[in-house]
Amino acid sequence: MRGGSIAPGAPDEMCSADGWDNGCMAQEESVDLKLDHHNKDGIEIVDVEGEIDVYTAPRLRELLIDLVNNGNYQLVVNMEKVEFLDSTGLGVLVGGLKRVRAHDGSLDLVCTQERILKIFRITGLTKVFGIHDTVDEAIAHRKSEK
Amino acid sequence: MATVEVTFTPLAAHVRTARLVATAVARRSGVAESLMDEVRLAVGEACSRAVETHASQCPDEPVRVALSSEAGRFEIEVINAGVSGGLGAGTTDDGLVPRQGDGNVMPPGFSLAVIAGLADDVQISETEAGTSVKMSWPLSGSLAAGSPA
Repeated sequence: MRGGSIAPGAPDEMCSADGWDNGCMAQEESVDLKLDHHNKDGIEIVDVEGEIDVYTAPRLRELLIDLVNNGNYQLVVNMEKVEFLDSTGLGVLVGGLKRVRAHDGSLDLVCTQERILKIFRITGLTKVFGIHDTVDEAIAHRKSEK
Repeated sequence: MATVEVTFTPLAAHVRTARLVATAVARRSGVAESLMDEVRLAVGEACSRAVETHASQCPDEPVRVALSSEAGRFEIEVINAGVSGGLGAGTTDDGLVPRQGDGNVMPPGFSLAVIAGLADDVQISETEAGTSVKMSWPLSGSLAAGSPA
């Protein structure tokens, strides 16, 4: 890639918070997306941290597919630590929603960040997904729907 | 003449780098901090779209991003060599081949619709060189005139 040196592990001259978005780019290249999941009250909670874009979204897609294939049809995706979400990520979430709904399941989101909610509003997907402030609120909502 | 030009191999892994460069130049050019999320998202959408087009049509051609500021506006132009169609929902893990099948759940043109919602001035044109997506945002008054990138 031309236009700038971006090798991982580059010296501190690359790590100026004033010059680069979100601080040191070399350090952030190793932490694109973190995924974890656990079960709470019969609902599978998927914790997502980092950036969901065209490069990292396939990993989230594969996790959602695996969870559904393993019989987990009630999902809550916790996006409180998501720093970036684009239409590729939206597509993954919509795909996940379609999969669980094929089993009469649900996929709710947890997000209070305006920077992430913005793309849901622009695309009208706030009408499609249940978006909650906390995981416990999402679980309570889903329990009350049953 | 562009303030900064970036070209990159059409791999999904490089889209994030293009976002970082674009927002850094936008910030230095004087775009308001309140608009940075829009800038980041819009350039990411345009570059993702370009990467997917190149992957299917011309994987050996680079994607080009031109960043410039003039006449009180910061402009980003993303140029891809292919003829762009709709946007799918991602690529395979190697970032080269657009994912087909149930991975592409969004309708064609969805990405362009997102970009149109993020920038108040969007121009899309098909040329012999390929497809150009231009987006621009206003510069803050105190930094707008003659600021180096």
